[in-house]
Amino acid sequence: MTTSATPALEIINLHKNFGGLPATQNVSIKVQPGERRLIIGPNGAGKTTLFNQITGDFLPTSGTIKLFGQDVTKLKPHKRAHLGLSRTYQIITLFNRDTLAHNITLGLLGLQKARWNMLRPLATYGDMRTEAIRVLGLVNLEHLADRPVTDISYGEKRRVEIAMAMAQRPKVLLLDEPLAGLSAGERANIKELVASIPRETTVVMIEHDMDTALDLAETVTLLHYGKVIVDGERDAVIADEKTREVYLGH
Amino acid sequence: MTDVTDNTTIAAPPVERRNSGLRIALYAALGILLVALPLFSGDFYINLASQILIAAIFALSLNLLVGYGGLSSLGHASFLGLSAYFAAWFFTRGGLDHTSAALVALLGTTIVAGFFGLIALRASGLGFLMITLALSQVLWGVAFRWASVTNGDNGLSGMTRPMPFGIDLNGPAAFYWFSLVIFGISFVLMAIFTESAFGSALRGTRDQPRRMAALGFDVWLIRWITFVYAGFWGAVAGLLYVYYHKYIHPTSLSITASAEGLLSVIAGGSGTLGGPVVGSILVVMLKNYASAYVERWNMLLGIVFLVIVIFMPEGLVPGTKRLWKRFTGGAK
Ligand SMILES: Nc1ncnc2c1ncn2[C@@H]1O[C@H](COP(=O)(O)OP(=O)(O)OP(=O)(O)O)[C@@H](O)[C@H]1O
Ligand SMILES: [Mg+2]
Repeated sequence: MTTSATPALEIINLHKNFGGLPATQNVSIKVQPGERRLIIGPNGAGKTTLFNQITGDFLPTSGTIKLFGQDVTKLKPHKRAHLGLSRTYQIITLFNRDTLAHNITLGLLGLQKARWNMLRPLATYGDMRTEAIRVLGLVNLEHLADRPVTDISYGEKRRVEIAMAMAQRPKVLLLDEPLAGLSAGERANIKELVASIPRETTVVMIEHDMDTALDLAETVTLLHYGKVIVDGERDAVIADEKTREVYLGH
Repeated sequence: MTDVTDNTTIAAPPVERRNSGLRIALYAALGILLVALPLFSGDFYINLASQILIAAIFALSLNLLVGYGGLSSLGHASFLGLSAYFAAWFFTRGGLDHTSAALVALLGTTIVAGFFGLIALRASGLGFLMITLALSQVLWGVAFRWASVTNGDNGLSGMTRPMPFGIDLNGPAAFYWFSLVIFGISFVLMAIFTESAFGSALRGTRDQPRRMAALGFDVWLIRWITFVYAGFWGAVAGLLYVYYHKYIHPTSLSITASAEGLLSVIAGGSGTLGGPVVGSILVVMLKNYASAYVERWNMLLGIVFLVIVIFMPEGLVPGTKRLWKRFTGGAK
């Protein structure tokens, strides 16, 4: 971890209140390019809320968010996507009526000029389809490319979630509980997939399943009641007294 | 895992399947029937068909918002009415010729749609519905009250039909064919729009707006462009409407007019191209037949609508397809 480079993601004194209830309190986090950061914390700790502020779905009450040194605190979500930010959702958010290939294609289209083309049918963009099939191959779903999302299993949907974000070749990838609700076999699968993400992509992952997630992480941030309790190298955070308190006290 | 599939499996199959021979034959037969209609029908039916075509363009344009954008509007008659008023006023009082009046109507209405979109798209869902309703009520009120310009409750009369390329459109058949050509162009251009990359993005914003924004799509701008485009086609319908009736009255701006369009879209099947057309056939026919026998034809329309929504909640076109598939699929 080099500290001299501009951080991929920098959060400074972030606060978020939901009608008086604080969900994020004085959070400051730095994630270096290429880093693998795990965010842990009990239910309701404010992990997803933090993601929603990084993506711009929620505006923070106060504080600053920077992507590669650029202040994006007030930037619209779609503009942040064009700066190289992608995410997955804790609650699966796919285009259910459409095929898997179409889902991935929308991920590709979002960053291309072609998204404004009002004449040419999406189905005729052969290069996008080829790429969508390739990305589905990364999650072993190419054989289901032309099936609608409603036809596939929960575990397969989780994989499409990740594939759609990976299709965008993001610089910063936010994974919100990618292992939630998966069987042991499927977890191993996703773990392998996340481990295979190239180093050009900085990964920030929220996950409850420590057995799987800790192996993927280099650094860990522990959130509790919206505050950063411990933050640092993985082994140091695990060994920290305060980590035990939060998890034993829960 | 990184092993990539070979390119032979990559050709997109759905497009090919759609263009099966039977379908093409069916569409060709339908096309011939539509063109030949005046040769075997009386004036009453020819005029009815013209009204259906105009209503269908209107419903198709509304469907861009409702069906493809997930934005239910109860104010779409604004654009039909406004365009009709613009054309009638500039032709009968403003001293413009037909071509200029038509251009002013289309351009003026589209610009107004741009402003209305700015206001209405501050919300989505019910908020959007209420704002579109409110805006159309304002126009309706202006048409009623600003009598020095709009002639108020008497409406604007004295409009004539244009003579494109010197062709007289005063006969029912000539006007029907004229409407059919405009309908054909409208249908094809709106179909291209919905099938396009932009159209796919639009449907994405209907189904998962938050995800679309996270993927890099400007959800607001996609909706606004669609709103303006729908307003433009509403204006085209309005132009035909005022040519057909040679007259325009504030009721064309009323909530009833907007609701009829929405009913056509939902009854026929929103988010499909055939749905709004079938819905318009139903609504215009009911209006013309039922009003002769039943005083409150709106009530009849309501009942028919309820029956459709109960038995085919997705609308007549998708519903019939579903039943057809069940019959033919169940047999094998
Ligand atoms: N849109 C919202 N409006 C009001 N309160 C919210 C909203 N979103 C989250 N909260 C509240 O903020 C707090 C943090 O929620 P958040 O979803 O960020 O937790 P989390 O750490 O992701 O939990 P989990 O592990 O269960 O996913 C909770 O108390 C939650 O009820
Ligand atoms: Mg969460």
